[in-house]
Amino acid sequence: MQDFTAAVGLAVRLLATADPDLVEIVSLSLQVSLTALIIAALVGLPLGACLAIGRFRGRSVAIVVVNALMGLPPVVVGLIVYLCLSRAGPFGVLGLLYTPAAMIIAQTVLVLPIIAALSRQILEDLNRDYDEQLRSFGVGWRGSVATLLWDARASLATVLLAGFGRAIAEVGAVIIVGGNIDHVTRVMTTAIALETSKGNLALALALGLVLLLIALAVNALAAALRQSMPEAARA
Amino acid sequence: MPDIARPMTASAITGPGDGSADIHPFGEGRSGAAPSPADAILPLGVRGLCYRAGGRPLVGPVDLDLHHGVKTAILGPNGAGKSVLLRLMHGLLTPTAGTIRWNGRIADAGILRRQAMVFQTPVLLRRSVAENIAYVLRLRGWPRAQRATRVGEMLALGRLGDFARVPARVLSGGEKQRLALVRALAARPEVLFLDEPTASLDPASTAAIEAIVERAAAAGTKIVLVTHDIAQARRLADEVVFLDRGRLVERSAAFRFFARPASPEAAAFLAGDLLY
Repeated sequence: MQDFTAAVGLAVRLLATADPDLVEIVSLSLQVSLTALIIAALVGLPLGACLAIGRFRGRSVAIVVVNALMGLPPVVVGLIVYLCLSRAGPFGVLGLLYTPAAMIIAQTVLVLPIIAALSRQILEDLNRDYDEQLRSFGVGWRGSVATLLWDARASLATVLLAGFGRAIAEVGAVIIVGGNIDHVTRVMTTAIALETSKGNLALALALGLVLLLIALAVNALAAALRQSMPEAARA
Repeated sequence: MPDIARPMTASAITGPGDGSADIHPFGEGRSGAAPSPADAILPLGVRGLCYRAGGRPLVGPVDLDLHHGVKTAILGPNGAGKSVLLRLMHGLLTPTAGTIRWNGRIADAGILRRQAMVFQTPVLLRRSVAENIAYVLRLRGWPRAQRATRVGEMLALGRLGDFARVPARVLSGGEKQRLALVRALAARPEVLFLDEPTASLDPASTAAIEAIVERAAAAGTKIVLVTHDIAQARRLADEVVFLDRGRLVERSAAFRFFARPASPEAAAFLAGDLLY
């Protein structure tokens, strides 16, 4: 109980004083996770739309694979990305291992299937309504994808939130490919893991509280954005 | 009165600002701006049209010609293949056999863009009422300024002016169908396919829909209406195409069809007898 009280006190103090180390860790966490989310969204949303409205051989298999990848174990992703980026790996020449870029790659791999699979389901349901009408309008394949993505944007915002939640809370993969190097690749989750292993539970709990606050803030922001959308988009 | 439904010819299809399409008041289309034979997509010629699904024949073989200036009702009992035939003509289904030619040409994207269809259950985009209409105009390449004017005209036609910014999906059933209809007419289609557009509407809403259809027809839009509502076919149709079990059983002028149906199937249908 004393640990918890001390943690809360420390968290408040760290936040109130804008502790430079804390700010650096939080900034890097947000930078890595938001970048991974943007990349995953740019690839995952069109991919989800293609799976939703495309009719091609192997579509069912592709959907099963994408759905299965939602449950990818982070440590396995970390290991695979590590092997790819290590000096002996196919992308070792890029020298990305133990950099934020490696962490972004790992988080993108984790978040992409979530965005693709969930958006596929949302867009397929919407396309069931729209398909015949859009074909009657003479809307082509690309136009259909654009229309579905725009009209489902309120629901897709929730998908992006789920993706961000997965990325910001992830520890297994980023600790493998990032190495948790102080001032280089240390993010909130890896810092929490480190402080816990050192027995510094107060600092670990403080960072945990900050992480929770960020999650709450992002959700509140998303809810506000959703509210600000035209009512028609939510009907 | 706004120019709300006069169909656009091929030369005018890219937008309202490139010809005289814009300046005619509603109602002048039939005589004043009838498409030239070369430009027109009508007549529609259907030859040996068949459609099968799950190994079962649903339509055909059907031979049919549809001409400009005549409101055609496709009549028949449930399961006669009326909606399937409509979808085949509109290009939403691919025939198993047979051909569909628009003024002698195989349908392409350009021809499809000069038609519109209203479904039994209106499919409205998750946008406002005005944006639903603007969407079609944007697709057809209307400039932004003309789009706004045209949207206003269509809202007035559908008596939806008070709902311009309202989400389309919260409208009542009758309002939704009026929106679907004026949205279909917004880009001035030459042919309007209507698939039982009033099947689930009350008499007042039905009357409102029929009034808009009549005005569109008067402005020169070819109406092809699928219905199993005999009274509606009597009110709207100039000619009747009667289908039974996927076959075209009878085609005649509406007054003749309702006075003296030539086929026993049509006679039984009009008498309210069960055909199966």
